Amino acid sequence: MPVIEAKNLSKVFGRNIKQTLKLVDEGLTKEEILKETGNTVGVNRASFSVNAGEIFVIMGLSGSGKSTLVRLINRLIEPTEGNIIIDGEDLAKMDKASLRNVRRKKISMVFQNFALFPHRSILENAEFGLEIQNVPKEERSEKAKEALKAVGLGEYMNQSPGQLSGGMQQRVGLARALANDPEILLMDEAFSALDPLIRKEMQDELIDLQSSMQKTILFITHDLDEALRLGDRIALMKDGAIVQIGTPEEILVNPANDYVEKFVEDVDRSKILTAQHIMKRPETVNMEKHGPRVALERMREEGLSGIYVVDNKRNLKGYVTADDALEARKKEISNLEEILTNNIPKVDKDTAMNDIFNIIHDSPMPVAVIDDGKLIGIIVRGAVIAALSGDGEVNLTNA
Amino acid sequence: MLDDLLDFVPKIPISEGTKWFTDWLTSTFAFLFDPIKEHFGNFMNFTSDTLVSIPPVIIIIIVALIAFFISGKKFGLAAFSIVGLWLVYNQGFWDHLIDTLTLVILASVLSVIIGVPFGILMSKSRIAEAIISPILDFMQTMPAFVYLIPAVAFFGIGMVPGVFASLIFATPPTVRFTNLGIRQVSNELVEASEAFGSTGAQKLFKVELPMAKATIMAGINQTVMLALSMVVIASMIGAPGLGREVLSSLQRAQVGSGFVAGLGIVILAIIIDRITQNMNKRKKAS
Ligand SMILES: Nc1ncnc2c1ncn2[C@@H]1O[C@H](COP(=O)(O)OP(=O)(O)OP(=O)(O)O)[C@@H](O)[C@H]1O
Ligand SMILES: [Mg+2]
Repeated sequence: MPVIEAKNLSKVFGRNIKQTLKLVDEGLTKEEILKETGNTVGVNRASFSVNAGEIFVIMGLSGSGKSTLVRLINRLIEPTEGNIIIDGEDLAKMDKASLRNVRRKKISMVFQNFALFPHRSILENAEFGLEIQNVPKEERSEKAKEALKAVGLGEYMNQSPGQLSGGMQQRVGLARALANDPEILLMDEAFSALDPLIRKEMQDELIDLQSSMQKTILFITHDLDEALRLGDRIALMKDGAIVQIGTPEEILVNPANDYVEKFVEDVDRSKILTAQHIMKRPETVNMEKHGPRVALERMREEGLSGIYVVDNKRNLKGYVTADDALEARKKEISNLEEILTNNIPKVDKDTAMNDIFNIIHDSPMPVAVIDDGKLIGIIVRGAVIAALSGDGEVNLTNA
Repeated sequence: MLDDLLDFVPKIPISEGTKWFTDWLTSTFAFLFDPIKEHFGNFMNFTSDTLVSIPPVIIIIIVALIAFFISGKKFGLAAFSIVGLWLVYNQGFWDHLIDTLTLVILASVLSVIIGVPFGILMSKSRIAEAIISPILDFMQTMPAFVYLIPAVAFFGIGMVPGVFASLIFATPPTVRFTNLGIRQVSNELVEASEAFGSTGAQKLFKVELPMAKATIMAGINQTVMLALSMVVIASMIGAPGLGREVLSSLQRAQVGSGFVAGLGIVILAIIIDRITQNMNKRKKAS
């Protein structure tokens, strides 16, 4: 059973809304309606359902109605029409007190610009949701501390929000949302205000948290890359209406219409996926500790015909083949350096998949993935092919 | 000929109407005004008598300490308070200073007690804003002297009508700034408090008022200064204090004592202004 179900949800901003709805029915576009009536169609007949434990991403260009839609879900904005079913109850018909209760217990929200209360400490911010429910001081601070620890901010409880970096502030926003243990998280462009590196970090963190918490998450973004990394399913919005719902693959492979196609056309899979998305953990030997015997043993265990050699700092030195190692053992050579092959097939971690394909094609070894001279993974030929065809196991989480 | 164009109706009796209305208020609400006049008057006398009975040294020290701590442990304002207040004492105006202080403090406190709720009301309702805004404009642009007339009608002469007139004159900034402060709270913060299920009161007390505090304090600062500026005017209806000294010097053309009494007001104004401003800054920093 879905946790969130939106049925024909609409929002019209302005006066004389009935007439506007009629025009919507007649199929006029948002622009035509604006011209004719002066009213803005924020959300137009949106229907979708989100399952328990799912990250459901809503994506669309600026002004497409994402923020309005997510605010309809907890009724921060009153719907003009339609139903919002949460756990079988219709929020749209609920009285104020029950609505408050749902907001207190079931739905939390994370905001684009964090929306932390500057007059409260980090801990007090995280406590806010519980404080509103009049949870006793001790209990709420304990729960808030737990939530802060979960997002890695255990140390900062008594600071004020202004003292933290953007990424940390949004962690507080997340902790505040998690502290009252809601079923549902609404995240409106929660990471859009962060710079790209921090943003990726937060995306990873969310996925990590999600794997242990299993919340139902409605995540809003205007960034396809983010949508692909986070979404179990993605809904695309245009002019207030949802134009396609599907898994990331479905959206990429079968865009429902021109609009979606335009959205995704420059994110052909081979370009958005980079080496680090498809690499595996490498088997290695350490040349400062190991000799040909260890190398042979490892290769035998893993069924490999060659193995990469690193130093103490994981800097990639080369590889040895099984043949060379056997030879060396016979000759009683104890040092790997002498039998090292230096001609390594390697790529940087950010290399696009297109380019990996050419390298991997005629390489005797899996391609080594390098970050700053260090070996961080290997790519086998099968992984590239699988990822390109769209059904391979792609660890988007890795990036 | 052309003048007839403007004389199409006889003079509208606004002034008669106002007089009638004031008379009606006075007689109808006498049961209200009289006890206020009496009890509040007693209370004010009691307050100023108490303050006068405290040795000036102690008051000077207390004011200096407040100034010292509120300005972040700096000596400037504290030193100024000591020298300034001593000078007033030295000139023989201490009792008048206390009377003035009592009037200003009471008028300000009442202004805040009345002004903040109206400001909140205004921020919550567009209709209330549409009604209250022009009234505030009216209250502030009407020459302050005019308020003295109904004040006397309601409360006779003395301190009580002085406070009443100051109240009308000084309340608007608190109302306006409270309204402004609450409306300025970022929409996302308001949404955040609602999204977690706040009631209206929780939203107001946990988010809006704390966020608006600095702005409200700026309004209160203005209110206090306006109340102080009303002191001289209110002395025309018998409110005691430094203002009365200024007025009587004026009437007798005594430039010397008039200047000294005026100086006393300036000193008080500076001390009160800096102290309330620093309260504001402290709130902002935290
Ligand atoms: N309170 C409002 N009154 C009138 N129109 C509004 C209001 N809020 C939003 N709109 C209009 O509704 C439409 C959808 O806005 P919304 O903020 O939901 O878009 P969005 O997809 O979140 O955009 P962005 O990426 O810029 O945040 C826009 O045309 C906007 O102008
Ligand atoms: Mg938005």
